[in-house]
Amino acid sequence: MKLLLDSTRCQGYGLCQEPAPDLIDLDEWGYAQPRVAEVPADGEDIAAAAVAACPNSALRLGK
Amino acid sequence: MTGVHSLLTEGRPGLLTTPGTASSYLAAGGYAPLTDPGLTLDRIAAAGLRGRGGAGFPAAVKLRAVRDAPGRPVVVANGEEGEPGSVKDRWLLRHRPHLVLDGLRIAAAVTGAVQEYVYLSDAPAEQAVLTALAERPPELGVEVVRTEHTYVAGEESAVVRRIDGGPALPTAKPPRPYESGVGGAPTLVANVETLARVALMHAHPNDADLVAATHLLTLSGGAGAALVEVPAGTHLKVLADLCGHGRAEAVLLGGLFGGLHGTGWTDLPLDHDALNAAGGALGCGALHFLHPEDCPVAVAAEAAAHLAAQSARQCGVCVSGTGALAATLAAVARGEADDDTTGRLHRWSRQLPGRGACGLLDAAARIAATLLAHFPDRVDAHRGAGCPACVEPPPENGRRFTVAVP
Repeated sequence: MKLLLDSTRCQGYGLCQEPAPDLIDLDEWGYAQPRVAEVPADGEDIAAAAVAACPNSALRLGK
Repeated sequence: MTGVHSLLTEGRPGLLTTPGTASSYLAAGGYAPLTDPGLTLDRIAAAGLRGRGGAGFPAAVKLRAVRDAPGRPVVVANGEEGEPGSVKDRWLLRHRPHLVLDGLRIAAAVTGAVQEYVYLSDAPAEQAVLTALAERPPELGVEVVRTEHTYVAGEESAVVRRIDGGPALPTAKPPRPYESGVGGAPTLVANVETLARVALMHAHPNDADLVAATHLLTLSGGAGAALVEVPAGTHLKVLADLCGHGRAEAVLLGGLFGGLHGTGWTDLPLDHDALNAAGGALGCGALHFLHPEDCPVAVAAEAAAHLAAQSARQCGVCVSGTGALAATLAAVARGEADDDTTGRLHRWSRQLPGRGACGLLDAAARIAATLLAHFPDRVDAHRGAGCPACVEPPPENGRRFTVAVP
């Protein structure tokens, strides 16, 4: 699975990074940047937590 | 005054030399019946035709994806050229509308499309297309959709959004238009030059390879601008010499998308893959030559300022990223760079590409990256010293790059 970011929705809240620091970086303005192309199989629960954390639904898990 | 020149050898089919009126276009073999759409697609694939809107994606792959996607396809002739330095698409629509409409007809037949659109912002182009449609009514409905003229309005997801009644602004991918486009249907968004080449290949099947290996370019810089048609592989120095840019010392490729190129640019051939390998891009085929009196720092600052002003302001990273790049390049031009300035530009040019919903942020990042890579001495020379070419602050409207449609 991939962690897909809709850049038009990311407002830079930064809440996604808290549960998933290994999957998401925040840039110097606070906008999210997925760190890996593919979410490892044992990281899908963490990725799901990052998706759920975004108040603006900017993240989703997809193929 | 923008010149129009064909640099093709006599007898080689070209868009510039194809007649424009309905009767002469028909007499030249236009609108020929399409007996085997599968064969037509195979010919496009074999000739290796690449899209002419900017990305250079193989045309046959896109056609096949739309044809094979579930649903009833839609095809769009995309004539909205947002690059200020490009005029080829508006010229084609104004002066060769039948070539574009014929290509759209063929694309519809190949994909099995049930609806055709022509998408544009230029009023004379719209008039020419409407006249052409009245001269030769198409079998399928063709709807002309007018948009606003902005840098991003021709990006394929913006095209779909506008045709669907929304603003001409890009959306996040996936899905791509070939999967879910106009009204949710699989949609081919094809540049008008790509479609014109499809039509020319259909009229000249034995020369299909040559037609696919030909480019329509907009050249500008110094005092002169021109729309030219040239064979692929032509060296950029040959092109510059033939078109009045023999004094050029550098070139900005792909409109504002392909970056600045200095030493070594003269050996680059007109070829998507070779230019990509050199860290550039052919993009929409607009080349802006820098003459000795032009400062690459000033050109980079003005290009970044234009891109920042043209950001659709949908993606936070694009607003912040293009703003930071433009402000920093302007500071370099003013001689206000500090010890960290080039480090910040290097970092952004690595971190920002690929992060916006469209390619605008990538273009700005590439301007900075190529300025640093090709002109480090010129950047250094601005520290503390006044550069005569950089005295004026860069205008944000991209005036330096704007070419009048011939």
